[in-house]
Amino acid sequence: MLGAFDTAYFAQQVVSGLASGGVYALLALALVIIHRSTGVINFAQGEMATFSAYICWALVTSHGWSYWPALVATLVLSFVGGVGIHRVVIRPVERGSVLRIVIVTIGLLIAINGFIIWQWSGEPQQLQSPFGTDIVTIGDVAVSEHDIGTIAVALGIVVLLWLFFQFTKVGLALRATAVNPEEARLVGVRVTWMLALGWGLAATLGAVAGVLTAPIVGLDPNMMVAVLIYAFAAAVLGGIDSPAGAVVGGLLLGLMLNMLTFFSQYRAFDWFSEELRLPIALLIILVVLLVRPSGLFGHAHVKRV
Amino acid sequence: MSPRAQRIVGFVAFGALVVVVVVLPTLVSDFKAQQYAYVGIYLIALLGLNILTGYTGQISLGHGAFMAIGGYTTAILMVGNEQFGGPIAGGMRDVWTLPFAALVAGLVGLLFGLPALRLSGLYLALATFAIAVAFPSAVKRFAEFSGGGQGINLFGTEQLTGSSAQRVEILGFTLSYNDWLYALSWSVALPAFVVAWLIVRGRTGRALRAVRDSETAAVSSGVSLARYKTLAFGVSAAYAGLAGGLFAIANTFVNPDTFPIALSIFLLIGIVVGGLGGLSGLVFGAIFVYFLPLWAQGEDLGSILPDRVIEETTKPGGPAIVYGVVLILLMFLIPNGVSGLFRRVGAFLARRR
Repeated sequence: MLGAFDTAYFAQQVVSGLASGGVYALLALALVIIHRSTGVINFAQGEMATFSAYICWALVTSHGWSYWPALVATLVLSFVGGVGIHRVVIRPVERGSVLRIVIVTIGLLIAINGFIIWQWSGEPQQLQSPFGTDIVTIGDVAVSEHDIGTIAVALGIVVLLWLFFQFTKVGLALRATAVNPEEARLVGVRVTWMLALGWGLAATLGAVAGVLTAPIVGLDPNMMVAVLIYAFAAAVLGGIDSPAGAVVGGLLLGLMLNMLTFFSQYRAFDWFSEELRLPIALLIILVVLLVRPSGLFGHAHVKRV
Repeated sequence: MSPRAQRIVGFVAFGALVVVVVVLPTLVSDFKAQQYAYVGIYLIALLGLNILTGYTGQISLGHGAFMAIGGYTTAILMVGNEQFGGPIAGGMRDVWTLPFAALVAGLVGLLFGLPALRLSGLYLALATFAIAVAFPSAVKRFAEFSGGGQGINLFGTEQLTGSSAQRVEILGFTLSYNDWLYALSWSVALPAFVVAWLIVRGRTGRALRAVRDSETAAVSSGVSLARYKTLAFGVSAAYAGLAGGLFAIANTFVNPDTFPIALSIFLLIGIVVGGLGGLSGLVFGAIFVYFLPLWAQGEDLGSILPDRVIEETTKPGGPAIVYGVVLILLMFLIPNGVSGLFRRVGAFLARRR
């Protein structure tokens, strides 16, 4: 089809790849935070994010709020909701086997998804973008404001989180809890509340990912299913215990997927179609894992016997 | 309880299961018999998954794919894929395809078990999940082999025992079609149960549990990790393949949506509800996985619950809320699944004596 290398199209694909990668990175970060504190993959993370996006939408459309206050309220409510989920459903099973907690998060996934449909019906809805969806042209590269905003928000949040974990007392306590809960408790960290705080943070990150995804794919009860799978893949690719890995993994995955789309215009890659995106992404990650079984940034697990 | 007493209790319980399985079709309606046939099929898959996840500690989020491999093996051996331009003529009677379904899935499981040796925990979970996600795309991609998105129809073919007619004549018995499915499913499931028990009780079972509890300790005691992990993968996949073959027969067609990704998740739910590292509870795990979605939709419960409740919970989304909440409550109430509950009751009774 195309003979020459189309630089502008390539750059557009890079930007939109980084934007979707930024969303994966945010959700992957949420998964990593919960995994570090509770030791499980939170299967309900995607549905929690969808629920947050629905709250924002309901505040705007049914209660007449304007967008930004609604967004702030959504983030606060998501944080409270995350803490609540930890206190009510996760804490009672925290001492059991890991799979038991996994099943509880699957139960949450199913219940939250059901609740969204029950409350707001399964009809797709429109949620506005916080940045608008106009196209800006830089040189001859056309990119959407939403994509630029998404990348900026993702990077901003990563920096904020890093500052929070490195330089605040609560951040230190959170890290201590992740590394060794018993010893953290001994030095006076309120471990249970730290775990709940981790769930709150994760829910807030998810909410951001949700309100950034909804304007693109449409607000829909299942809109985060694919995003959660990508985020899971990104977190594992980066190393499930590494926040930096989650971010790099997310951005890499977003880029990689769009590169597949870009190169599918050439004959050598013309077998590629959109429905192969997910399987191919997962297979590439599989190969990476076989070479580096703990992900790109993960530490090999050294156990004392 | 002494091991001897435990074994006696085990025999009695299994005997009771056999009696229930034999008597059940005479007690329930013809349609229910078909539903219980599916319970038998799920039981086979759960037995296999529990050997891998419950006994060996390797999480698989992709067992639906192994079921799919078994299902497609059965379908292709029965009606062939020449109709799509593939090389296989088919023509095998449905029942005889089942060993091949188990064999093919088992071999794929063994092969997959080799690279999976490098992975553990969540990394393995993602790898197995990748297989489950990739399988439907692969089926669509190789349409001349698998029938693509359309799938393969078995309904009414002469290879299907009874050709989906009202009555099935077999070994001198005349059964309704649903009763035949029930008989087929459980006459595979019960022996499969015994075989699983033989696998996990002796030397092999001890080796598998050692791998689960501490790989380092297992290696130090001379257990070969590579051997037992791949073995567990192979056996477990063979069970899934067997279940998949039966599923294809009962379902009378296979297509990429017959074995969705959710199936793998439901199987995981089934073994946790049944009880990891136990076999007896899996029967209840299978009942749970098959019937809870139906109960959540209000089926069979209309006469028990007030109309108002049924009305609210059968609104779109309602069944899912019920399902999720029941699942969470179950995890609170029976932390070690139904098998764990049995052990607790057993210990309680033994103490009172």
